[in-house]
Amino acid sequence: MSSAPSRVNDFVIKIATVNGTGSASANTLLMKSIFRSGIPVMGKNYFPSNIQGLPTWYEIRISKDGYVARSGKVDLMVAMNAETYGRDLREVAPGGYLIYDSTWPRPALLKREDITVLGVPLAKLCNENFTGVRTRILMKNICYAGVLAALLDLDVERIRELLAETYAKKPALVESNMRAIELGYDYARQHFQCPLPLRVEKMDRTAGHIMIDGNTAAGLGAVYAGATVAAWYPITPSTSLMDAFKSFADRLRVDPDTGRRNFAFIQAEDELAAIGIVLGASWNGARAFTATSGPGISLMNEFLGLGYYAEIPAVIVDVQRVGPSTGMPTRTQQCDIMACAYASHGDTKHVCLYPSNPEECFYMTVQAFDLAERLQTPVIVLSDLDIGMNDWMCRELKWDDSWQPDRGKVLGREQLEKIDRFYRYLDKDEDGIPYRTFPGVHRKGAYFTRGSGHTQLGTYTEDSAEYQLVLDRLLRKFQTAKRYVPKPVIEQDARTDIAIVTIGSSDGAVHEARDILRTRGVQLNYMRVRAFPFGEEVEKFLADHRLLFVVEQNRDAQLRSLLTLETRVAKEKLRSLLHYSGLPVSSKFIVDGVLGEFGEGRRASLAGV
Amino acid sequence: MTFIPKPKVAHPSLPKNALGLTRRDYEGALSTLCAGCGHDSITAAIIEACWGISAEPHDIVKLSGIGCSSKTTAYFVSGGHGFNSVHGRMPSIATGANAANRNLHYIGISGDGDTLSIGLGQFCHVIRRNVNMLYLIENNGVYGLTKGQFSASADIGSKAKKGEVNVQPPIDSVLLAMRLGAGFVARSFSGDKAQLVPLIQAGLKYPGFALIDVLSPCVTFNDHEGSTKSYAYTREHYETVVNADFVPIEREITVDYAAGQTQSVVMHDGSRILLRKLDAAYDPGDATRAQNYVLERMNHGEYVTGLLHLRAADHEFHAVNQTPDTPLNQLPFSKLVPGAKALEKLQARYR
Repeated sequence: MSSAPSRVNDFVIKIATVNGTGSASANTLLMKSIFRSGIPVMGKNYFPSNIQGLPTWYEIRISKDGYVARSGKVDLMVAMNAETYGRDLREVAPGGYLIYDSTWPRPALLKREDITVLGVPLAKLCNENFTGVRTRILMKNICYAGVLAALLDLDVERIRELLAETYAKKPALVESNMRAIELGYDYARQHFQCPLPLRVEKMDRTAGHIMIDGNTAAGLGAVYAGATVAAWYPITPSTSLMDAFKSFADRLRVDPDTGRRNFAFIQAEDELAAIGIVLGASWNGARAFTATSGPGISLMNEFLGLGYYAEIPAVIVDVQRVGPSTGMPTRTQQCDIMACAYASHGDTKHVCLYPSNPEECFYMTVQAFDLAERLQTPVIVLSDLDIGMNDWMCRELKWDDSWQPDRGKVLGREQLEKIDRFYRYLDKDEDGIPYRTFPGVHRKGAYFTRGSGHTQLGTYTEDSAEYQLVLDRLLRKFQTAKRYVPKPVIEQDARTDIAIVTIGSSDGAVHEARDILRTRGVQLNYMRVRAFPFGEEVEKFLADHRLLFVVEQNRDAQLRSLLTLETRVAKEKLRSLLHYSGLPVSSKFIVDGVLGEFGEGRRASLAGV
Repeated sequence: MTFIPKPKVAHPSLPKNALGLTRRDYEGALSTLCAGCGHDSITAAIIEACWGISAEPHDIVKLSGIGCSSKTTAYFVSGGHGFNSVHGRMPSIATGANAANRNLHYIGISGDGDTLSIGLGQFCHVIRRNVNMLYLIENNGVYGLTKGQFSASADIGSKAKKGEVNVQPPIDSVLLAMRLGAGFVARSFSGDKAQLVPLIQAGLKYPGFALIDVLSPCVTFNDHEGSTKSYAYTREHYETVVNADFVPIEREITVDYAAGQTQSVVMHDGSRILLRKLDAAYDPGDATRAQNYVLERMNHGEYVTGLLHLRAADHEFHAVNQTPDTPLNQLPFSKLVPGAKALEKLQARYR
């Protein structure tokens, strides 16, 4: 065994398996048991676009400091897939560990001298103790969880408690799973020096927190926003958002007296129909939404233009994945920033929200419905695969029971009764936002909705002046939107005039990178934009700095482009750090990028002091 | 084309319906289609039908896509809510609108291009979802606004204005709808108002998806010798098998039809559709035989018209989705938002 220094509550485990073998439950079990011991933990799933048989990895980062990003290195590899032994071995950091199934010994794996390779005959143990091919495969996974429990000093009682909760209705499974845990646990205790220098130790940093993925949180947000019409077409990685909405609605939205469902869940024939259904329902006064990913956004473009021009609310959650085209459906990127901001032909702009974690997915989804109705326009929430499908530790979600939805400017029966005539697109309040009505409410409320040229009175037109009047008002409305959208998160210290600007899920890595850079004497201010259009706070922050690193996860510097187009910032001040491999950006990438930009010798100028 | 409102001057002696409204109250803006366009006759039939069933104008939702046909939603019931959406996607707008409020009348107006080419997918799926709406196709076999290209409903051998002969087989909306399980399928002719008005009324009252494909000649691009969608050709080649009369609740059946030739279907509100069969052997309840009959006549170059298939409405969208009787857009938020306590409780599994 190597004599690496003790690393308590600060290391990365990576588990390499084959997809479809049921390793997810073992990984969740490991992660949750660490989480319940009060230790901040983050799980990231790197899986193939496939149902069964391809390599898949799960990375668990234990971080006493609560860092949520990918660290960029692996301390302990659980190599369960012989096919990827080579690359898995190479990935382990010096001083690290590799555990593999020694039922079939692989002396070649021992070739690296700077790490410790531990063989556990997992298949043999499970074959001797369980019957049935499927059971043996599943238990092999649970068994490695037992090995890790011994090596890392996990609380076995916590594991038992979690199994009891998971299989509350099938107690027999609790026993068999526990047996697998003990097989691995006992083997490790008998054959290795336990615990390893990297191990866990009870903390109290997870109270008031939950482990949740962004899609679940966003689906829950849609329930809490009062969405009644959900339309969608299945697409990775957004599908689990709709699954979550459905499952919450099935529990929380069924009338206990009548058994009727206070929502409609419509699986459409494609994304074109999904957004059409959302627009039709919103036009008719229901709160409606869809979830999709890049290819779906491409298909929805024509309808998004209609929503913009005819001024119909809609909520779209875009769980971004790697493009272009089909790209890599199970890998993450922030590559739809431009496509969403300007979706559709003609002069169109859309309100976009950029959550950085599941907690924000919940609140921003709720807010998206309010904004869509207040501004009478489609609102796109740009999540991504990293946020949407990985389990993040975040603060417990709270709800204020005094919450009232903002339905925006809707004229009801009484108001229509009082007015002479209703005109759909008149800017009565001079904020660019007109009034709308719903069908079936009042005879005076009728109007004609169209995507063709229209006057501010709502009639068809091909008259230049009348057309421009409406188009210019739409731009005023977009200005008004700046007052309503979430403000950027800013951390600013007057002692430096250099900053990092980022968006969405890159937040975690930037946060950690700033801490690391600080220890190296580099102080950087920080801004995370949370919405488009950009408000005055964004303008001011950009103006306040001499140099700004823009960190984002795409090749073409889309956030930087949008900032350049939509603010007064001088292009030269913005320096891009672009990560687009499909894996979530790591803090190391940002640290290296910032330091590399200037070279070690110029750090003083970088610090701006 | 500009918007031309019609002057609203109503003669006091004009007949009024149950709501006290005259036919003028169901009119819309002045049509800007070509003089003699079949679509304008259909517009007139819709006005007559809506007035006849005393539909509250602001309860009428008029939906369309893009094309000459889709423009017509502006030409009737100006007191209704109109929605001229994008090409071929009206069915999805209709699905969403209907999901939000089940209590309104939904009239979708489409054309053969809008439905059978760009919108074929959405057309099929709105039938599968069985959305309660009247879907009316103004079928002229040609693209008018882009000046005369064949549409997917053009028959083989039909000649275009510039002489080109269509060689691709047509997609027939009526056959397709029956195949996909629509419970109300009709075909009519814009020149036969007596047949069309009761069909529209029945379609509006039918509690499920109702299709009426109306042959509607295009006077500008498809009304010449050699076209199979011209006025002359249609008049010569159409055969009615089942006529429908729509009987409102308050009206007694006064006409005596020959026994064995009539069939009465009661709607959920008590009104009835009375089927008058001109061919005693024709069974409109049997979709398979109806399809075979229509197909066989079609092969002889004939259009079969009337209420070709009628089945008791089942699996309607809201029934399938088990939504409440109260429209979803009228549920109070107190019923929709589970609240703080529920949120706290449900997070137990994430701890």
